[in-house]
Amino acid sequence: MSEVSPAWWGGIEMKGSFIVNGKKAEWSFAPDAVLLDVLRNNGHTEVHRGCGEGECGACAVILEGRLVNSCQVFAASAAGQKITTVAGIGSIHSPHPIQQAFVEAGAIQCGFCTPAMILAVFCLLQKTPNPTDDEIRKALDGNLCRCTGYVKIFEAVRLAARRMSSNE
Amino acid sequence: MNEFSVVGKPVLKVDSLSLACGSAFFTADFTVKDPLFLAFFYSPHAHAEITAIDDSPARAMEGVVDVFHSGNTSSGLFTTAGQGYPEPSPYDTRLFNKTVRYSGDIAGAVLAESDKTARAAARAITVEYTLLPPLFDPEKAMDGDVPRIHDEDEYAPLPVAYRPEQNIAGEVLFSFGNVEKGFAEADFIEEETYNTHCTSHCAMEPHAATASFDEHGRLVIYSSTQVPFHARRIVSMTTGIPLHRIRVVKPRIGGGFGSKQEVILEPYVALAAWKHKRNVRAELTRREVFTTVRTRHAMRVRVKSGFKKDGTITALQMDDLMNTGAYGAHALTVLSNAASKVLPMFNKIPNMAFTGHAVYTTLPVGGAYRGYGATQGYFAFNQHVDAICRKVGADFVEYVKKWHIREGETSEVFRAIGEGTEGVSQIVRSCKLTECLDRGAEEIRWNELRGKRLRSGSVVKGVGAAVSMQGSGIAMVDMGSASMKMNDDGSFNLFAGATDIGTGSDTILSQIAAERLGISVEMIVILSSDTDLTPFDTGAYASSTTYISGQAVLRCAEKIGEQLLSTASSMTGAPVGNLSIGKGGKVINSADGSEIPFSEIACYSMYSRNQFQIQAQASFFGEESPPPFMAHFAEVDVDMETGRVRVVKFVSAGDCGQPINPVLALGQIEGATLNGISYALTEQYLFDAKGKMTNNSFWDYKIYGSLDIPEVKAILAESSEPSGPYGAKSISEIGINGPAPAIANAIFDAVGIRLRELPMTPEKVLAAIKAKAGR
Repeated sequence: MSEVSPAWWGGIEMKGSFIVNGKKAEWSFAPDAVLLDVLRNNGHTEVHRGCGEGECGACAVILEGRLVNSCQVFAASAAGQKITTVAGIGSIHSPHPIQQAFVEAGAIQCGFCTPAMILAVFCLLQKTPNPTDDEIRKALDGNLCRCTGYVKIFEAVRLAARRMSSNE
Repeated sequence: MNEFSVVGKPVLKVDSLSLACGSAFFTADFTVKDPLFLAFFYSPHAHAEITAIDDSPARAMEGVVDVFHSGNTSSGLFTTAGQGYPEPSPYDTRLFNKTVRYSGDIAGAVLAESDKTARAAARAITVEYTLLPPLFDPEKAMDGDVPRIHDEDEYAPLPVAYRPEQNIAGEVLFSFGNVEKGFAEADFIEEETYNTHCTSHCAMEPHAATASFDEHGRLVIYSSTQVPFHARRIVSMTTGIPLHRIRVVKPRIGGGFGSKQEVILEPYVALAAWKHKRNVRAELTRREVFTTVRTRHAMRVRVKSGFKKDGTITALQMDDLMNTGAYGAHALTVLSNAASKVLPMFNKIPNMAFTGHAVYTTLPVGGAYRGYGATQGYFAFNQHVDAICRKVGADFVEYVKKWHIREGETSEVFRAIGEGTEGVSQIVRSCKLTECLDRGAEEIRWNELRGKRLRSGSVVKGVGAAVSMQGSGIAMVDMGSASMKMNDDGSFNLFAGATDIGTGSDTILSQIAAERLGISVEMIVILSSDTDLTPFDTGAYASSTTYISGQAVLRCAEKIGEQLLSTASSMTGAPVGNLSIGKGGKVINSADGSEIPFSEIACYSMYSRNQFQIQAQASFFGEESPPPFMAHFAEVDVDMETGRVRVVKFVSAGDCGQPINPVLALGQIEGATLNGISYALTEQYLFDAKGKMTNNSFWDYKIYGSLDIPEVKAILAESSEPSGPYGAKSISEIGINGPAPAIANAIFDAVGIRLRELPMTPEKVLAAIKAKAGR
C-alpha cells in the first residue's frame, strides 16, 4: 500500500506561540500536529495519551477556558491561545485544593487519568461551585478511569467543592 | 485485635500528590536523547505463513533506520507470560513468527527517526502470505480434522501436559471421591453450560517501553511493566544481551490488571537499541493494545452436580474449555485457577471431578487478567448454586453460609491443583465470609427485595448474590524481597522489588515498615522497582504484593529493629533486654524510661565508633496462599420491553484480613467491582468473519464511565490472617469475580431467565425474555 509521505507538506514546520500555564511558549511543529503531541514534545508530559481518538479524556487540557481533548485539536488552531494543564493549577509544592482533595479522598490509584480528571473538575467547579451528584457525573463523562470505580473521585469532587466554596 | 499506629489507618497514598500535580513520570514521559521509534506491522490474517516480505519501500523512506521481521531476525522460542522460571506457559512464540496466528499478530517492526515515519513505513511494507485455515471455535479445537495451530518445535519448559498436536496448550485434571456414586445418591441433578467471553484490561496507559544506554553502555529499559525482573530475564533470553548488561526500571504505571504481566515491547526495543546503539522508544496505540496485546481468556464452563432434597451436594463435576487464542500465555495457570480458586468454596462436597483444557485458536491471545480464571469459574459456580437453592427452596445467602469453607477447615482442592502442577495443602485460618454475606445482604436489603419482583411499568427489580475467594500469592512459587537502610535523621530508605502499578503497594509497604519501627510513613522513603537497585520480587500479580512482599518488608524492618536496639545498647551500655522500640522514632530504656532518638542512633552508627550502616534485607517465600473472601450483591432493574439491565446498586463485602490501608483496600474493591459490572454487561470483542477485531476503540468497546456507574458500596469485614503481615491477606483481584454472576442471579430473580453467556446485553436478555414468554 503506498502512503502519503509523512512530510507531504515538504517537511516544513510551522511556528506558533501559546500561553501555557501563564507562560509564553514558542514552538515549532508540523502543520498536522495535534496539541497533545506538541505539548508532550515540549515537556508537558503531565498531559497523557490514553487513546489518541478523543474518547478517554486522559489528554484533556483547558483551552481558552474550555476543557478539550488535546489529541483532537490541531496545534495550529490553538496558536495564540491560553492553555492550562494540571501543572498550571497547582504544583507538588503548592497544590490546588482539587489536587489536595483527590489525594485525601483516595481518588487516585494509577493516576494516569488524574491530571485530566482534575482539570474537568476545575472547569465544573468554576461554573458550578456546589454541583449535585448528577452534575459531577455529567462533568466527568468524558474522562475514563479504569482503577477507581469513580466512587472516591466523586467524593474528591464533593470535598473540593465544600472546601473551595467555604474559602470563597 | 491489635492496636496499630500506622497499619489499618487511611494513610495518604505516597505517590498520589505527584500524580495529581502531573510531576509523576510514566514510561512514555522519559525523555531520552535523540531516540529512534519502533512501530509494528501486523498480520491481517487469522492464520497464515509469511512467504515473502518486501521491506524495500520502507527502507527507501527518509528516516527509516531498520526493519525487523522473520526474514532477517531470529529468536528462540519463549513465552511472553511474565511468570516464575521456568514458566508454566509453553514456549510457543518467537519475536517474529514466520507463521502468524491471529489478526493482529506481530509480523515485523520498523525503526525510524520519528514515530510518524516508523508508522508510515510499517504501512509501506508488503508481506506475502500463504493463507492457512483459521480455527475460531474452541469447541472444535481438539477434533481430529481441524488445523493445528502449533506444529513446529514448540514445547513446555516444565513437565506439564502440553499437546500441540491436539491444539491443547494446557490440561488440568483431578478428582476425588467417586462422582458417579455421588450422582447416584442424589435426588436431583443440575447440569448447565456457561460461557464467558474475552475482554480487554483497558488500563488507561497503553503499553510503552524505552531502551536507552547508561554511561557504561549498559541497556536501561523503562517499561510499563508489572514484572521488571521477569522482563529483564525474558529480554536477555530473547535477544542474547547478557542479563548483567540490562537494567529494567519501572516508573509509575498507568494500570495493569494483568496486561502488563506480559512482556511484549521490552525485547523489541532492546533488540533495536542494542543493534543500532541508539535509544529506542515504542508506544502502542489504544487500537494496538486491543488487537495485539492480551485479553481475558474466554471459557466454557460446564457444571453438573447431584444434590439431596435438603440441598446437600453429593457430587460436583466441572468441565472447562478455555480459549487461549494463538499463544498459550498463562493458559495452564488461568485454567488451574478456574478450579483451584473456585471449588474449595464448598469444601464439604465428598465427590468432585474437574477436567480442564486450554486450547489454541486463531484469535487474540489470552493472558493474565484480574481474577485470573476465578472470574470465569465463579460466573458458572454462583449461578449453579442459585439454581440449586431454587430447586430445594433454600435462600442463597443462608445456603452459602451453611456450606462455605470455614476457619480451621481445608479443601482437597488446595492439594490437588497448584499452578499447573499439584497444589499445596493448607488450612484456612481466616474467613469472615458469613459476616460478609450478612452485612452485604443487609446493605442490599436482601430480605425486602429478594423474590418480590417489584414492578414499575415495564421495569422489574431483582436482587442476586454471589460469593468468591481468591489467593494471596502463589504458594511455594512467589518470592518477594526488600532492603532498608537508615539515614542520619532517623529516616529509612526502603527498596522494594514489589511493583506498584497503581494499587498503592508503595504506600502499604511503607506502612508495614513504619508500623514495625514505630515511625510515621513520612520517615520511610520507598523506591520500587529497579532491577539495579531493588532486590528481586516476582512482581505485581496473583494478589501477592501485600502478603508476600509485605511479609518481606516486615521481616526486613524487624532486622532493622534488632540493629537499632543493639546499637542503642552499645551507645548507652543498657542491656538489649531493657530496650524496646517506642513510638515516634526512639528506643526506650525500660529501666529508667530514658529515650534514645533514632537520629542519634543513626549518627552514632555512622560517625562515632565501630561505624557501620544500619541496614538489612529480607525475603519472603509464601508456603501457603490464604484466600480473601467476598460476598457480592446486585440490585438490578430489568426492562421487559428492551432487555436493558440497569444495575441500581452493587455491594461488595470482603474479608482481606487486616486491611493495611482501608481506603486503598476499598478502592481496590470499588474499582474491581465496576470493572466486573462493565465486563458483565457491555464489554466484548467483536470479530469479522476473518477473525479481525472490529471494535478496537473506546468508541466501540464500551467500558463503564461516570454516567454508568451504579451506587457501589464496598464493605470490609476485617479478620486477621495469622500468616500475613499484621494479619493481612490480598484484596486487588477478588472484587471482579462477583458482578457477573450476582447480576445474572439478580436478572433471574427479577424475570426468571438464566443468562448463561456473557456479556448480558439487552439483545440477549430480550431474546431470553421472549423465549420464556413463548414457552
